[in-house]
Amino acid sequence: MEWFRLVVSAAFLFLGLLVFLAASIGVNKFKRALNRIHAAALGDTLGILFVLLGLSVWKGVSFASFKLMLVVLFFWLASPVAGHMISRLEIMTDEDLGEIEVEHREDI
Amino acid sequence: MSRLKENYENSRFHRFEKWVDGEAPSREFRMETKAPVKRLPPEELSGPRLNEEEINAVVYDERHNKELKIFRVINRLTSVVLCLTLIGVLLWTVVYLPEFGNPDNPTNNEVAARYIEKGVEETGATNFVTGMILDYRAFDTFGESCVLFIAATCVQVLMRLDDSDDKEKMKKKQAEENDRIYEPKNDLILQKVSCVLVPLLFIFGIYIILNGHLSPGGGFSGGAVIGSGLILYLNAFGFKKTERFFTEKIFRRITLASLTFYCLAKSYSFFTGANHLESGIPLGTPGAILSSGLILPLNICVGLVVACTMYAFYTLFRKGGM
Repeated sequence: MEWFRLVVSAAFLFLGLLVFLAASIGVNKFKRALNRIHAAALGDTLGILFVLLGLSVWKGVSFASFKLMLVVLFFWLASPVAGHMISRLEIMTDEDLGEIEVEHREDI
Repeated sequence: MSRLKENYENSRFHRFEKWVDGEAPSREFRMETKAPVKRLPPEELSGPRLNEEEINAVVYDERHNKELKIFRVINRLTSVVLCLTLIGVLLWTVVYLPEFGNPDNPTNNEVAARYIEKGVEETGATNFVTGMILDYRAFDTFGESCVLFIAATCVQVLMRLDDSDDKEKMKKKQAEENDRIYEPKNDLILQKVSCVLVPLLFIFGIYIILNGHLSPGGGFSGGAVIGSGLILYLNAFGFKKTERFFTEKIFRRITLASLTFYCLAKSYSFFTGANHLESGIPLGTPGAILSSGLILPLNICVGLVVACTMYAFYTLFRKGGM
């Protein structure tokens, strides 16, 4: 049982690190801000979830793993909104958005 | 009652209140101030404009300028040599550092032993670090919070708009300083999320401050959390909503009150302690929330100063005033 838990948590951690790797490659590879936000948001949501899930599986059911899940919840609330705000500012200020088509809406 | 009111304008408390609020003090204490020299309008300053690339091509023309080439080579060589020497010296010092965790290290002297052996008994805080920084070394922490306050004040002085005679010009200047034209306003998503997050952030910050003597945390970290909550609220709902409860006046009053309380309370405690007098401050049972004497109120003071300073810096750099 102990071994099983270790293997599961290691698998989660590995998955999370893979997501983070993809995110950091994307951030450095893409040229435009909107693409970069898309890549960075991947690590902040899915990567954080996998890494902290792995850690809490390792810890078992305890107060510490509950706190880790709260951290995930906080990131899921905060990170997409931050990305949304940055992309709104980018659309408002950057005159040359390239191929990206923007649908302007006033009510959001 | 009426007699008191007649002399209120000249009373000490009124003058003190005015001094706190930064309004002009009585004439004899006012410093001599001089209006800054008027700058030249930008048309007269700028000469004929050159293309940046052309200037760089002339200045860094290595083919025709032997001196520049030699200078560049020497410059690069010396920078590499300097870096290598610095790395070497630092590594050489590391070799002579005592082994990590060795009990005979000079850091393990009677001071650390005293903190560990008598810390809980003398300060009443179960968190050693807070016991150290807010009891044994409280004046060090006082200096740190003063630094924060002074930094905020200096930024306020630097960002001040010069008074202009023309009212229209002044308005234009303020509008130029105010760079909030291009930002997204009234974002529904941000407002809804901050409705959930801001109270949680405030509660979390207050929890960190109040539990400073029991668990990791304290005034600095809790104040930073509260300050970020304030900034989030400001971003979501704009200056109009925050100015209802947080203005420059409030900032000045809160920071002055907490710094004064910190100074007086800790001076009293140090004075009585140094003279072996009974200070009358109960230490309580270690581990309870109302324990460890002055540490809890001092933590609250530091937290207030830090939160105010974070918010003040944000607003100062954002629109040049609070």
